Amino acid sequence: MNASSDVGYHAQRHARWHYGEAVFWLAVLACGFVFPNRYLIMTDILRLALFAMSLDLILGYAGIVSLGHAAFFGVGAYAAGLLALHGIVNEPVLALIVAGLAAMVLGFATSFLVIRGVDLTRLMVTLGIALLLEALAERFSNITGGTDGLQGIEMQPILGEIPFDMFGKAGFFYSLAVLFVLFLLARRIVHSPFGLSLRAIKNNPLRAAAIGIPVNRRLIAIYTLAAFYAGIAGALFTQTTAIASLDVFAFDRSADLMLVLVIGGTGYLYGGLIGAVLFRLLQEVFSTITPQYWQFWIGLVLVVIVLVGRQRLHRWMLYVPNLIIKQVAGRKAVVAVPEGDS
Amino acid sequence: MTSILTNLFDGVAYGMLLFVLACGLAVTLGLMNFVNLAHGAFAMAGGYVCMVLVNRMGWPFFAALPLAFVSSAAIGIVLERALYRHLYARSHLDQVLFTIGLTFMSVAAVDYIQGSSRVFINLPAALQGQFDVFGVGIGRYRLMIIVICGLLTIGLQMVLAKTRFGSRLRAAVDDPRAASGLGINVPQVFAFTFAFGCGLAGLGGALSAEILGLDPYFPLKFMIYFLIVVTVGGSSSITGPFLASLLLGIGDVAGKYYVPKMGPFVIYTMMIVILIWRPNGLFGRTAAR
Repeated sequence: MNASSDVGYHAQRHARWHYGEAVFWLAVLACGFVFPNRYLIMTDILRLALFAMSLDLILGYAGIVSLGHAAFFGVGAYAAGLLALHGIVNEPVLALIVAGLAAMVLGFATSFLVIRGVDLTRLMVTLGIALLLEALAERFSNITGGTDGLQGIEMQPILGEIPFDMFGKAGFFYSLAVLFVLFLLARRIVHSPFGLSLRAIKNNPLRAAAIGIPVNRRLIAIYTLAAFYAGIAGALFTQTTAIASLDVFAFDRSADLMLVLVIGGTGYLYGGLIGAVLFRLLQEVFSTITPQYWQFWIGLVLVVIVLVGRQRLHRWMLYVPNLIIKQVAGRKAVVAVPEGDS
Repeated sequence: MTSILTNLFDGVAYGMLLFVLACGLAVTLGLMNFVNLAHGAFAMAGGYVCMVLVNRMGWPFFAALPLAFVSSAAIGIVLERALYRHLYARSHLDQVLFTIGLTFMSVAAVDYIQGSSRVFINLPAALQGQFDVFGVGIGRYRLMIIVICGLLTIGLQMVLAKTRFGSRLRAAVDDPRAASGLGINVPQVFAFTFAFGCGLAGLGGALSAEILGLDPYFPLKFMIYFLIVVTVGGSSSITGPFLASLLLGIGDVAGKYYVPKMGPFVIYTMMIVILIWRPNGLFGRTAAR
């Protein structure tokens, strides 16, 4: 077996669906039936998971560190809100796509700024764009409702059939369906030659360029796609909560998102999903201990994660699952260990 | 005409203040290439120490200022030795996460200890009000800021350019390996510089309570300003950040006065444009390696 077919074999093996993944999604679906009175928090987790997946696409796969990912979330949220409020696009699924496209356009336009320069410049530019949009939204308060936010949004039934109900049941399954579809798309993309070329860029841009990968074009493409995902997450936020306020652009949102992804691990798509669940659980626990100061504990978690080392932490966390899989399947564990991203 | 001059004066005072607040960051971020988003937390610490000393214990304002410096520097050196130094070699993502975590902790901790509302430091009567020079209104407090910060800037430049420590620092930054080969204790130089930068931030925090406003969200609110100063100013000397601070201060004051509706818009646009035009900063050699 020569080297190139060996690489192809491994890439294909990674791309294949594992039992564990099917179990994961069935478990998520089952949650919808097992906890009928927790729909609101579960929908919240799904939205966050989608948002985190969006960051994972650029951070985990392309290695772009962004401090302003909330910009796209916010654009998606306001787009969906305005579309519903003024009755431009009434059908939620269509509106979702339109909102996603709006964020995508912004993502494409700003990607040219982001691909220039080193990490530090990227941090600054992404942060600056998010702050700029927040200032804009505040400035044009006649459109965005200013600090009060968009109010009085009434959502039409999904696909003209399923109305949003009070308990958030429709919202939950709607969000889950959107998340799953987008996950399938992301999974297909990251395992395609395109996705593999992104990893090459992340590991060493110079070398990637030397073997003929158009580095800048690939980065623009993935950044635009991630903006689309974040826009959809924002639109889901507006559609399921029927509000959009200035805090969709807030720095805290981008920072929390980083934490979500770091808890879950970057570079294997499930990180965002697992991280979202763990993050909300942590938040719940901390706010029951000290309602006003939960941010302190969130900060502490971040500090500890970094000091212990993300890779080591994930090895520890996967130790028990790996052990079980080893026992049950009688072979080497297949749980994806996130790659290092330094 | 006079309003332009008054604005210019206010802008210069504001810019000088930003420089004192941010020049510590210029060293950690610009020279040591460590993304320290928690820099504002040190400034806030200094501000609160000064507030407690002056308001609660009745210290005179000018006696409390050095203590703001010392306490922030002390916190800085403890954190540097205990935590920061392990992260110098780590990826930027790790550094960002770590320092955001520290910032969140400091915000919540100050909120817990001192409450979430804005605090004011009682100023001596000599510093209040303003006087006119040829019709230009000069605030006493702002004049004091310009004097203090101007002296500090000159002092810093002298230390960096003329003293033995200054040349050690420049050597350590240029090439840490070669410097340690020549017998310079590089970690010690960095630790001392870090602490000094934190101290300056603390002093700046104490001075800024009157102008920028001091509350637990200070580190988050002004993080972007500090970062702008450093990234726009570059890091080849302290002149770059100094000019960038002045530009930012004057731009911000003028922007708020003449186009109040555009609000912070002017600053962010300016920053993005400059970063796109010169990714390494206006006056920089390299902002990050």
